Amino acid sequence: MAEQLSWKVGGQQGEGIESTGEIFSMALNRLGYYLYGYRHFSSRIKGGHTNNKIRVSTKRVSAVADDLDILVAFDQETIDVNYHELHHNGIIIADSKFNPVKPEDTDAAFYAVPFTEIATELGTSLMKNMVAVGATCAIINLDVSVFLNVVEEIFGRKGETVVQKNMEAIQQGYDYMKEKMGGASSDLELPPADGKKRMFMIGNDAIALGALTAGVRLMAAYPITPASEIMEYLIKKLPKVGGTVIQTEDEIAAATMAIGANYGGIRSFTASAGPGLSLMMEAIGLSGMTETPLVIVDTQRGGPSTGLPTKQEQSDLMAMIYGTHGEIPKVVIAPGTAEEGFYDTIEAFNIAEEYQVPVIILSDLQLSLGKHTVDPLDYSKVNIRRGKLIKEGLPESENKGYFKRYELTEDGVSPRVIPGVANGIHHVTGVEHDETGKPSESPANRKAQMDKRMRKLDNLHNVFPNAVYKNAKHDEADLLLIGFNSTGGVIEEAMERLEADGVKVNHARVRLVHPFPTDEILPLIESAKHVAVVENNATGQLASIIKMNAGYPQKIKSILKYDGNPFQPHHIVDSSKELI
Amino acid sequence: MATFKDFRNNVKPNWCPGCGDFSVQAAIQRAAANAGLTPENLAVISGIGCSGRISGYINSYGLHGIHGRSLPIAQGVKMANKDLTVIASGGDGDGFAIGMGHTIHAMRRNIDLTYIVMDNQIYGLTKGQTSPRSAAGFKTKSTPLGSIEQTLSPMQLAVTTGATFVAQSFSTDLKDLTAIIEAGINHKGFSLINVFSPCVTYNKVNTYDWFKENLTKLSDIEGYDPSSRKIAMNTLMQHDDLVTGIIYQDKERPSYQQLVEGYSETPLSDAELRLGEEAFDQLVKEFM
Repeated sequence: MAEQLSWKVGGQQGEGIESTGEIFSMALNRLGYYLYGYRHFSSRIKGGHTNNKIRVSTKRVSAVADDLDILVAFDQETIDVNYHELHHNGIIIADSKFNPVKPEDTDAAFYAVPFTEIATELGTSLMKNMVAVGATCAIINLDVSVFLNVVEEIFGRKGETVVQKNMEAIQQGYDYMKEKMGGASSDLELPPADGKKRMFMIGNDAIALGALTAGVRLMAAYPITPASEIMEYLIKKLPKVGGTVIQTEDEIAAATMAIGANYGGIRSFTASAGPGLSLMMEAIGLSGMTETPLVIVDTQRGGPSTGLPTKQEQSDLMAMIYGTHGEIPKVVIAPGTAEEGFYDTIEAFNIAEEYQVPVIILSDLQLSLGKHTVDPLDYSKVNIRRGKLIKEGLPESENKGYFKRYELTEDGVSPRVIPGVANGIHHVTGVEHDETGKPSESPANRKAQMDKRMRKLDNLHNVFPNAVYKNAKHDEADLLLIGFNSTGGVIEEAMERLEADGVKVNHARVRLVHPFPTDEILPLIESAKHVAVVENNATGQLASIIKMNAGYPQKIKSILKYDGNPFQPHHIVDSSKELI
Repeated sequence: MATFKDFRNNVKPNWCPGCGDFSVQAAIQRAAANAGLTPENLAVISGIGCSGRISGYINSYGLHGIHGRSLPIAQGVKMANKDLTVIASGGDGDGFAIGMGHTIHAMRRNIDLTYIVMDNQIYGLTKGQTSPRSAAGFKTKSTPLGSIEQTLSPMQLAVTTGATFVAQSFSTDLKDLTAIIEAGINHKGFSLINVFSPCVTYNKVNTYDWFKENLTKLSDIEGYDPSSRKIAMNTLMQHDDLVTGIIYQDKERPSYQQLVEGYSETPLSDAELRLGEEAFDQLVKEFM
């Protein structure tokens, strides 16, 4: 019996590969298994190889597996591109329609199954996915009845006949495969799961749900991969709380509209990826200079320029920390899991309002689009803090002097009054200004206002929850692995293997990347023999940031991957062994 | 009732003496008072350029943003608080060059706000370069041999883009300009008001005298009907765009906010942010 298994379905984009994976994983999620999915896809609507790799386990999994147990193929390309991942006891099940050819150099078992033929006989070839799901059930010895409520949910509105036909397709796929296997059981049977109800969501869902829970009322956004799911979720939900999503003409409009809405007194944000963020840079400066709260989600993908729009990369880090001309206080946070994506998004809105700064929520494609199991989120942990926001009740001032919106305060944060409030009139400008917002070029004022803005974040790294996630049980480690965003899961898994080989490994995942929590990470660097920063980019951006803040330029090494695909545990294990 | 004086502040504009923008400032203050607004319920959102400074010269809430982006900022403000009157303003470079994309889409979108462009057909603050509104052949520092690009017609563009209120005025005609701005404020939807506001320093062609000689008032055209898009286009073409008055108004089309599904009837800025446990649990269940 396997403790976990990896299942991959592949074919041409537009063939229903995505929904095959969806149905398979939804049913397993409801049985209580932990899942971790990663979609490999292309930047086109139809055609091109796509696959969906799903890892199933009775324990939490948060990385793409090294290998593969079952490969479901709807075309020869799927076999040719992916068979090398298969375990020696792995299984290929391929649609007999395309006369699949088994590669010569594989030990994997090979079955041609008439997915399309069975489906066509039942009424439509579209149901070939269901036949494949049924065949998978036969291999892992899963009762097909578990699919009934999922199928009902997806096809229920098309009528009872459609539901029955789809269930029949699953059953026939199951029966065919069982017969082919001739009563032999594979060793891919999963132990039963705990049956507990857990959420199953992509990182973008978690971020969108976080924004909704934080009290967002307007999202202004321009569609882009891999961020669009955030706006697509919220356009369904925001009207229920009186708000909406506006699809703007470009990302400049998205960011500036969000600034206008925050200035107007609501929580508003935008989400995009690298190309969009490049367009937003001037607006980020406006938010910083006018001290208007702004939250932006950057779902990193392969750059530069259009780059690899559907592939994993973590190369926006420097641009997010330093992007915009001039100097502003800015916060960049990097959740590592969907769960963190939810809580950190709420915190991003709190920080944006409390400190009156732009906050960037950094995600990456693997986190944003990978679908994973999430333990139920806890509403009692949700708090909303709006800082020095004034919505009413200012006393009448004697002369018609302006309200001191940019008052020089000890913590640098000034009272923020919103339009509509009597006696709060002041000016807001991206030009350097005095305490009432009036333009001023006086050197003394310039220095006072710049210092005021920059000191707002002096203490942030101390109050941000878990600025660095640490799994560091060794006082003196052989190796410290550092990462950010979605690489946390794969680092943990590599760590387990290295530990099993006798290497003492600590792991630090940076969650607050700016302002950098140097005090948190420095002791770990100092106490480790070797330090490697794991990141999906070519230049070691996080490593550079750490060196800038914590020093140790010789000691800090990089493990990099920038071919568009996520790390798998063996990449990190192998590279680590070379370093130590 | 607030008077136009209540919309004055103690900031001295940094415009050149004789600049058309002074009259635009006065007209906004008068129109605001005439429309029954109070200073705290008016937000003036402006772009960058000489005219962009206007939001600092009116006693109201105001935001002076970045070049070309007054409209998206203004739309965000209005969405946040529907009870505010929002005026966006800037120059022809701001609205018709760098910000043109926003201008077109703000017209299509039709969020209820008033956009006032101070059109001087030149870049003033950067000391005299060509604008999309400059005439062909116009010599500037950036077009020493004369502009070889076609002049943009914002009014024709607005009429064809679906704007629901399209008007043009001349800064010296304070009475007419005030009335048009007031009508724009009262219009339920997006209003575009292009104001010829001469630059006395860098534009020696399109001067006050030049406009006086060349402008035709729509009120002088017998039977002019601003509800007809066809008449509006024909008139603009006949007069080479040099007309003043309300060129086109569609009083029927609902504003964006009237069309948005589920949009709050009270200002969103007043909303309670917490979802509540029950609503949250329901959202969580949808992912199970």
